[in-house]
Amino acid sequence: MFRKLLKSLSSHLFLIFFTIVSIGPFIWLISTALKSNVENIFAYPPRFIPEHITFQNFIDAWNQVPFMGYIINSTIVTVATIILNLLFASLAAYPLARMEFKGKNYTFFATLATMMVPFQVIMIPLYLLTLRLNLVDSNGAVAGFLGMILPFGVSAFGILLMRQAFMAIPKELEEAAIIDGCNVFQIWFRVLMPLVKPSLATLAIFTFVGCWGEFLWPSIVLTKQEMFTLPVGLNYLQGFFSSNWRLISAGAIISTIPIIIFFLALQKHFVGGQTQGAVKG
Amino acid sequence: MDYSRYCKKYVPYLFLAPALILLIVFFFIPFFESFYISTLDYSNDIYNPVFVGLSNYTTLFHSSLFWKTMWNTVVYLVVAVPLLVIIPLIIAIVINQKLKFINFYRVSIYMPVVVSIVVAGIAWKWLYADSGILNYFISILGVEKIGWLTDPKYSIFSVIAVTVWKGLGYYMMIYLAALTSVPNDLYEAADIDGANLFQKHLAVTIPHLLPAIALVSIISSISAMKVFVEIYVMTQGGPLNSSMTVVYYIYQKAFENLDLGYASACGVVLMIIIMAISVLNIKKIEGGNFGV
Repeated sequence: MFRKLLKSLSSHLFLIFFTIVSIGPFIWLISTALKSNVENIFAYPPRFIPEHITFQNFIDAWNQVPFMGYIINSTIVTVATIILNLLFASLAAYPLARMEFKGKNYTFFATLATMMVPFQVIMIPLYLLTLRLNLVDSNGAVAGFLGMILPFGVSAFGILLMRQAFMAIPKELEEAAIIDGCNVFQIWFRVLMPLVKPSLATLAIFTFVGCWGEFLWPSIVLTKQEMFTLPVGLNYLQGFFSSNWRLISAGAIISTIPIIIFFLALQKHFVGGQTQGAVKG
Repeated sequence: MDYSRYCKKYVPYLFLAPALILLIVFFFIPFFESFYISTLDYSNDIYNPVFVGLSNYTTLFHSSLFWKTMWNTVVYLVVAVPLLVIIPLIIAIVINQKLKFINFYRVSIYMPVVVSIVVAGIAWKWLYADSGILNYFISILGVEKIGWLTDPKYSIFSVIAVTVWKGLGYYMMIYLAALTSVPNDLYEAADIDGANLFQKHLAVTIPHLLPAIALVSIISSISAMKVFVEIYVMTQGGPLNSSMTVVYYIYQKAFENLDLGYASACGVVLMIIIMAISVLNIKKIEGGNFGV
């Protein structure tokens, strides 16, 4: 009995430590953003709870930086990228999971190979290619968005994930559909797609997180301020506010709110699937 | 199932077409072009590069800065990967119990994974500030102030800490998924044999998790070699190039110095190394030898 108590106590202490390490930096960011101009943010010892809580920093940051524009741009890029990924990955995965055709193995291994090459290796020719195709923001907003979306329109990870999902479906379902007179596209869309919804959700979530936080590629191709996505805008803000940590913190928090809401709403899908045997806290 | 009776031979290709077109245009063409670009010199006129053969590679191998960035990348690997393999494993084992607030712990530890790396970089830059909170904590312990990001001795380790911090939750999830496959009766058998907690995990959990451990070591080593944004946001590779990794060097050469050919050569070298690591790791897994 005593040993059991000791074990659970030490487990809690261990997990509390890592919880503090994980969310501590964000808490400190929030604390800084809530401090007013008269309060010293470098005070020793540091104050976690501000003397006078103020939202002025958030208002100032919002007024000085076009966050709404950044959020809209990020949303356009993210939503379009998710739609393309879901559609193209599940289209490509179907024959890879179910059909026999010439070049199947080559296609499969070529897809796998794309996962081994770091993006930084292909980014230079990719950049030159995007320039040649005129998919940059100097040719207008649509071209700029396409240049950010298309290179990430499909991922090997997505194709493999959907292939796995299709392979898990019993073949009898498709045979029954064929007897009922469905053609191949109808089987894919009406019979199989509804059955792989959990995998589609997983893929959508992974694409969302990856795309929302993507920094390197947009920072290379974007030239116009009004096209900035959130991470690029946030990095710009960091220089713009120089060392005004109140405003930088407020800006960082504003830009994080959408993803935190998304994460907390869908946390079951993020950390779920493995939650069996866990007691709800 | 034999589909050929129900659909035309070209149907599989129709399904594959959109994905393949995107992969060919935005991956394979740039991929092969990167070898070609690495033989060009852009430094005189960016619009009219001249063919210089392998001279970018010779310059590269004679550049002390290139070797420094290689060394920094090795440091990154050697420090970050073991931490990312071991710490999440321990967290996963501890969190995989029936405890109160377990969901809260799980969500909190996963939080850094979903937050944009730019935000993470900013948050940590603030913690690392000269009169920031980390220097306060160590002053309590009686240690002198440290220039976390401004002292060449420490900068790369400060950046590594952020990479590790951001990865803990992700790798924890991989381990948690693998832990569900460990049969419970093995633990009961170990109990009967009188094994203590530590022995139980060593004898039952770890052997069952070897594939997951191998997976985590591959993913974390490849991603450690690709680290970019942390460095960009926090140190820009400095001070004195002390936190400059190969990938950051490629970026700087290509998009700040516009030396595209040289940067591509650097990228090709990095790619060869990463592919070698992947192949070695895959061989290891197949051979059942998990020297993590």
